Amino acid sequence: MRRFGPLHMTALAAGLAFLYLPMLILIAYSFNASRLVTVWGGFSTRWYASLLQNQPLLDAAWLSLQVAFVSATIATILALLAAVALVRYGRFRGRTLFSGMIGAPLIMPEVVTGLSLLLLFVALGLDRGFWTVTIAHVTLTMCFATVVIQSRLVAFDASLEEAAQDLGAPPWKAFLTVTLPILAPAVAAAWMLAFTLSLDDLVIASFTTGPSATTLPMRLYSAVRLGVTPEINAASTILIAFVAIVVVSASLVVKRELVTRP
Amino acid sequence: MSAPPVAGERGRLRAGRVLVLALPYLWLAAFFLAPFAIVARMSLSDSARALPPYAPHWEGLSRLGAFLSALDFENYALLASDTLYLDAYLSSVRLAAFATLLALAVGFPLAYAMARAPRQWQPALLVAVILPFWTSFLIRIYAWIGILRPQGFLDAVAQGLGLTDAPLGIMNTDAAVLIGMVYSYLPFMVLPVYAALERIDRSLLEAAADLGSPPWKSFWTITVPLAAPGIVAGCLLVFIPAIGEFVIPDLLGGPDTLMIGKVLWTEFFSNRDWPLSSAVAVVLLAVLLLPVIVFQRALKAREGSR
Amino acid sequence: MNQRTARKAARRSVGSVRRTCAPWAEPGARPLVEFCSVTKAYGEVTAVDRLSLSIYPKEFFALLGPSGCGKTTLMRMLAGFEAPTSGDILLDGVDVTAMPPHRRPTNMMFQSYALFPHMSVWDNIAFGLKQEGMARPDIKARVEEMLALVRLEALARRRPDQLSGGQRQRVALARSLAKRPKVLLLDEPLGALDRKLREATQFELMDLQADLGLTFLMVTHDQDEAMTMADRIAVMDHGRIVQVAPPEEIYEQPANRYVAEFVGDVTVAEGTVTGIAGDIVRIEAAHFGTLEIDEEEGRARMDAPALVALRPEKLNIGHDEPPQTVNKVRGEIWDIAYLGDFTMMQVKVGGDDGPLVKAAIANRSRRMERPFAWDDIVWLWWDVEAGVLIDP
Repeated sequence: MRRFGPLHMTALAAGLAFLYLPMLILIAYSFNASRLVTVWGGFSTRWYASLLQNQPLLDAAWLSLQVAFVSATIATILALLAAVALVRYGRFRGRTLFSGMIGAPLIMPEVVTGLSLLLLFVALGLDRGFWTVTIAHVTLTMCFATVVIQSRLVAFDASLEEAAQDLGAPPWKAFLTVTLPILAPAVAAAWMLAFTLSLDDLVIASFTTGPSATTLPMRLYSAVRLGVTPEINAASTILIAFVAIVVVSASLVVKRELVTRP
Repeated sequence: MSAPPVAGERGRLRAGRVLVLALPYLWLAAFFLAPFAIVARMSLSDSARALPPYAPHWEGLSRLGAFLSALDFENYALLASDTLYLDAYLSSVRLAAFATLLALAVGFPLAYAMARAPRQWQPALLVAVILPFWTSFLIRIYAWIGILRPQGFLDAVAQGLGLTDAPLGIMNTDAAVLIGMVYSYLPFMVLPVYAALERIDRSLLEAAADLGSPPWKSFWTITVPLAAPGIVAGCLLVFIPAIGEFVIPDLLGGPDTLMIGKVLWTEFFSNRDWPLSSAVAVVLLAVLLLPVIVFQRALKAREGSR
Repeated sequence: MNQRTARKAARRSVGSVRRTCAPWAEPGARPLVEFCSVTKAYGEVTAVDRLSLSIYPKEFFALLGPSGCGKTTLMRMLAGFEAPTSGDILLDGVDVTAMPPHRRPTNMMFQSYALFPHMSVWDNIAFGLKQEGMARPDIKARVEEMLALVRLEALARRRPDQLSGGQRQRVALARSLAKRPKVLLLDEPLGALDRKLREATQFELMDLQADLGLTFLMVTHDQDEAMTMADRIAVMDHGRIVQVAPPEEIYEQPANRYVAEFVGDVTVAEGTVTGIAGDIVRIEAAHFGTLEIDEEEGRARMDAPALVALRPEKLNIGHDEPPQTVNKVRGEIWDIAYLGDFTMMQVKVGGDDGPLVKAAIANRSRRMERPFAWDDIVWLWWDVEAGVLIDP
């Protein structure tokens, strides 16, 4: 049997380099003292300092975090309910429509989702701002979250919940004391996915927001259109570091769980 | 033991189930189904210079007849007659297809090497591939602007190595769009392909070797067919979001880069033609549904034949 | 005459075991569990078909059958996880048919054990008691009692994934016993254990059941497990019960061909009754010649077709023709399987289109004077008590 050889190693290294080099270059230039992006002017953290002065960007970041937190939380709760319905309820009336609605946003182009939600908000006469963006993000992210929880729930040993009921726990209590704790890593992963998707979204937010609420990706987008600046490099680096820390630590937790449960 | 209130119990159970289902169901009906119905209706309206910039053909059920007679397909007729839109659709499909093939060419060797890597590396490798997917899409595209733009990182490296004096001029071309798409969607390709490859029982290849098949032949007769579902899933996961993409062609593409997502955005935000952008959205969705339906049919047929 | 009466008395309790506890046979005994014409259908498929069954207090009862025979469905209906399509289930005189599982005074030991992975052994055992709202000190006392019962005191703080298979099985047992259920349901309780451990655990379970005076209902596809542990066995086929009887009777007096062939090895001779003299029934069977068996009077009718079941260990095998005139057949050895404690022979009787007869010889000494070999022509013969008439 051929094992892991030099050819495999090369493919792995090249693939990972392709994935990571662009971001590493970006991170490196965020510490560049020179305003000229291509010229290395020595190590500096001045762009991080100037970032702290950029009030509109900070406001946008704060707004995005709020939207992401609220929408991820609502989306995860709805996703948990939807996953339970899809996995546990067998056939029910309207199931095809329901699973279709769960699946459709996954393939729906963001421009279409954004446009359709905007038209709804206009038709309802809602003031566009924080809540319209949050609702839009819930709708988008709950479908991704459902898929994550659903895949874990399908693999869930149903006899565990039966055992809890057999030992005297009513169905809702069996779910809360047995199923939910075991599902917790998947629910956490679903929440994180919803959170980052919301934090990352430019297109849907652009459609559904109003003049009062500008999210971080919208700010970054208008800045990026004007060209590359060291300040955006710094902001990007912070975002990348934030996500990397969260994802790596989360995967370590999950891995430890996997190791202790062979 | 006293007889419990059995009927009430079953009733409560059913009520609980209805509640569990109703919340996500109603949410999606209100914020997914209803908006899409509005888009479909809007696409049949006339555009107008107003806010909201459309003249709805709808004043209530009592005037259903009037409404129906006023509905028209002029937006769709425009889509069909103006070559801009047809070209945009075709160009979107073409770019998305190229991006998919490139992603497969880059992603398959990576997934293959991952599946072959020592067991204890694999969780870390998986995280390494997923990590970029979690980081901001916008930032990943932005990183490529820094690399590809004139006098950017790539030009600096090329000139530093003495390969060329002139800028490479990749920025604002279709090539840049392709690079951006492959880069952004690579994890979508690698993950399903890796999952399919990793599931293949290594003893199958040993059996093939034992029966006299050389490794390159086993690769084509065993590995590739067994990984096919993962490859198809990966291709769809790249192809579908790529077609409707807006950010990548907008930031990396040039004025000639024609993609339907960008057209929709422009019609909506610049030309403020809501009915026309709605029509574009409806057609875009129809274009996307086709490969998905074909894939699901194939999947069902495959399961059915087992 | 005296001898015959004694023999008949012996016949009434088939086999070599005399039961001290047989609650089902006691007059006026009230069943603890009653299935009354229970049917469970999944669409077109009927898993349990108009089945009635009574299980008595302190019984160790086994449902035995191949997979898909409906035994697990029957047990899950008693636990409350499945609702019967029609029929009633009574537990201690109370109709529990519509009662949800968490209200039923039964507990189940799951085939997969279904131990909660996120809880310690202690918390797993305490789970059911907490649901009852039992006071904290009582819970503690009961859990410790259970831990002592299954000898796991030292592992109370462990999680299920830190236990061996045998330890997990004992935790599952302790958890399901903690609430002192009226009936303990065991779903393939030893299926996941290796053979040595399984044998030891069988006896532990039996002792436990006798000591605690509980009623056990076990589902198994393993006839050895059912034979070893159960007081009574119900053999199931296609959603129906074929025979309910103590293990000896199931083996020695199978109700029909299905039971005879499912439990243990058997050769069935097909023939016609040609003579009845008292309790000796004479049967002419193709390939086997004349058979004579000792049967209860009235079991056989003249000229009726008859099936005779012959167990391998009741047949004698030798190179020389035995002196008896009936109950013997000549054949050729087709296969020999040496199994250590005994050797199983397959003997082709009545020529090439004749049946294969299984005969077992106990290997009582290490050498045999005239060992058997493939293709040997041998004689099989048996006693008038060996065969048994069975229904088709």
